[in-house]
Amino acid sequence: MILDHLSSRMTGPDRSPSANDLSRRTFLQAGAAAGGGLMLSLSLPFANSDAQAADADGFTPNAFIRIQRDGQIVLTMPYVEMGQGTYTAIPMLIAEELEADLKQVRLEHAPPNEKLYGNPLLGGIQATGNSNAVRASWQPLRQAGAIARTMLVAAAAKRWNVDAATCRAQSGEVLHPPTGRRATYGELTADAARMPVPKDVALKRPQDFKLIGTPAKRLDTPAKVNGTAVYGIDVQPPGVKIATLAQSPVFGGRVKNLDDAAAKAVKGVRQIVRLDDAVAVVADHMGAAKKGLAALKIEWDDGPHAKLTTEAVAGELEKATLNPGAVAQNIGDVDRAMASAVTKVEATYHLPFLAHATMEPMNCTVHVRKDGCEIWIGSQAVARVQAAAAKTTGLPLDKVVVHNHLIGGGFGRRLEADGAARAVQIAQHVDGPVKVVWTREEDIQHDMYRPYWFDRLSAGLDAKGMPVAWNNRFAGSSVASRWASGWFKNGLDPDSTEGAIDLVYALPNMHVEYVRVEPPGIPTAFWRSVGPSHNVFVTESFIDELAATAKQDPVAYRLALLDKTPRAKAVLALAAEKAGWGPPLPERVGRGVSLQYVFATFMAQVAEVEVAKDGAVRVRRVVCAVDCGTVVNPDTVRAQIQSGIIFGITAALYGNITLKDGRVEQTNFDTYQVLRMNEAPAIEVHIVQSVEPPGGMGECGTSAIVPAVANAIFAATGKRLHKMPVDTGSLKQPG
Amino acid sequence: MAITIKVNGVGRTVDVDSDTPLLWVLRDVLGMTGTKFGCGWALCGACTVHIDGVATRSCITRIDSIGTSAVTTIEAIGATAAGAKIQKAWLDREVVQCGYCQSGQIMSASALLASNPHPTDSDIDDAMSGNICRCGTYLRIREAIKQAAQSSGQGG
Repeated sequence: MILDHLSSRMTGPDRSPSANDLSRRTFLQAGAAAGGGLMLSLSLPFANSDAQAADADGFTPNAFIRIQRDGQIVLTMPYVEMGQGTYTAIPMLIAEELEADLKQVRLEHAPPNEKLYGNPLLGGIQATGNSNAVRASWQPLRQAGAIARTMLVAAAAKRWNVDAATCRAQSGEVLHPPTGRRATYGELTADAARMPVPKDVALKRPQDFKLIGTPAKRLDTPAKVNGTAVYGIDVQPPGVKIATLAQSPVFGGRVKNLDDAAAKAVKGVRQIVRLDDAVAVVADHMGAAKKGLAALKIEWDDGPHAKLTTEAVAGELEKATLNPGAVAQNIGDVDRAMASAVTKVEATYHLPFLAHATMEPMNCTVHVRKDGCEIWIGSQAVARVQAAAAKTTGLPLDKVVVHNHLIGGGFGRRLEADGAARAVQIAQHVDGPVKVVWTREEDIQHDMYRPYWFDRLSAGLDAKGMPVAWNNRFAGSSVASRWASGWFKNGLDPDSTEGAIDLVYALPNMHVEYVRVEPPGIPTAFWRSVGPSHNVFVTESFIDELAATAKQDPVAYRLALLDKTPRAKAVLALAAEKAGWGPPLPERVGRGVSLQYVFATFMAQVAEVEVAKDGAVRVRRVVCAVDCGTVVNPDTVRAQIQSGIIFGITAALYGNITLKDGRVEQTNFDTYQVLRMNEAPAIEVHIVQSVEPPGGMGECGTSAIVPAVANAIFAATGKRLHKMPVDTGSLKQPG
Repeated sequence: MAITIKVNGVGRTVDVDSDTPLLWVLRDVLGMTGTKFGCGWALCGACTVHIDGVATRSCITRIDSIGTSAVTTIEAIGATAAGAKIQKAWLDREVVQCGYCQSGQIMSASALLASNPHPTDSDIDDAMSGNICRCGTYLRIREAIKQAAQSSGQGG
């Protein structure tokens, strides 16, 4: 998503940065660490050369590697672990070149500091998102490892008075084979800090990798199977009270009247906090807080959005696509090509609002004192939390301390600081620390949602049925523009269009426009697979419609358009082969395919679905072929693809947040269903071997599966789905 | 009112309303945060504990309904044979992603294995479909249960 076509310019299809690029991209300093170790400070590269040049004058490190006297290698990084395996993949990069054992490397959460820990692929914002932790770290961390190793070897050679070339590093030690001498990194680290920093170091050839590409055990998991892992919701500062809350059921509404007498009488309830647009019950434990909340009598002033409906939002978006938008991409002359086309195909698509429904409900623990504010949270964007707390309290940034914890599901929800700001508002009225925990109902009804999208497409086909013109105009909320205003330029942001432009297909005439429409009364946010969660569904559904119109096989039709993108062609061919594409299936069973290049990763999926007589859809099997460049931890790649596919099937079959009278109608896992064990398909993942730089992995499985399922339903029933989620009523077998 | 329950073999007395769900007594009163809150209505399984060995949603279990029954939580499940096998299989198979639901998954799986050492796919579906995982670790959960069951068969 974000800035991805900037990054894809660097690591785009079938390109990789040259070795010379590498040395210029990394800025590194080395010296003595406090306590006598070797400290490497490095500046992760920016994705575009302009930013690189601007930064070249001043060295601003944003990641730190400390090799301690006890041999421990401590990495301070801005990325957080939320199940995606980052805390295992990142240490692998350093350990590979440093010639250390993976277990010697320890990761520490970075404290909030945007100047130091800004993520270069996220425009310098300190955040974990956009599937880019490994992408941003790939070159600089390996290079840092190589530099540290070179300095350690140099220190040993000097100590032994031998030629460094006769020494080698292995498993956290430097060896001198001719004399059998050896020294641990811990013993050498102080001397190494005084060695000159080598200007050029050679990185290993892929065939020499020992760790990269070999499945590694996740480092964060043991504590997650015995109940000792501490998520944000688990913190227990001394004296902490528990609060839960009711916010105005209509966004923008206010508390009109409050009768809290019955709530105050509940055993364990300590305090009721009334805010302008929310009420919180503070208690000894969540049981009392929830009981108190249920006993509150709140009368709301619903405000300006009291009548808002999903239909009204969809209508506004549809209307917006009747007028021109900002041109995201123009190739050739679509109007002329359309005029000469033999066949014309038109379609519109709707994608719904979606909630994140992370398993760990929103929560934030806050202690506001006169002279400072302390926060405990699990966040994907910890500097945002700090800023929100400073703004709410009026305290300077340096008086806000944020402790970041494990995240019980992010998916984009925890890139936002709305929850932290709310918790701080409540905590300002409470003496001592208070943990504010959202009920599941509050979590779903006051999420910030994946935007609703409306798309209007048309295409012209030649006499052979191949596309000669492709027109796409779509409307929806620009999350990226709110999240980082600098990303919105000339009516466009890089996220909203990813997956709609720069397609893998050779389309001689193509025109794509985006109309930004911010629906009133419902906040929007990033959601797993972000822009592509919308665009890949539309693009891959429409190309399937074109194949059907041309009466051609959907795989063969796509393959014919892929001569210029061999990596895309290869994954599609591989997925089709492994899925056994071709032979007919029983009645009401169908296969559907999808293909995408997003997050700098190529992926094809084949879904096999069965549609029951009553229209119920079961996804039986999914085959995925992926080329994500160099694979760092293959087991994590497989896990993330399985995860993304399940997440996407949930969206395709069930995901739908609807508004009535300004209120979100869904409340809990009964009305906002999630795919369960008995519904999970068999999933096969086939990884293409590659030495290209790594692509993103956390999100691509999600965007690819939704159109694959929709296309499979078409194959099974002949019914083309122009609206998500699947409407089972429309799939009932006639008769 | 003061109520005494037996948690992981230890008697614990708490002073809460008699209708307070066990989940909040464990998490907020006793400070045992391994058991997780997910939905509050027994829809997701994150809060699963064992009561006399039976997988039970603690978010809808009133504290006064427990009596002298033995409550076992994720913090102590490793001390049971089935629990230890399940935990090992979870690590061997790299089941865990964000991990938040896994306490509940492990409690459901270990209750299944203790009562049914060789579960079929259909048994696994029945026992585990009440536990939601947003990271979608279901395939590995199924493999891990099968691995744990196999180790039971070998007498290990």
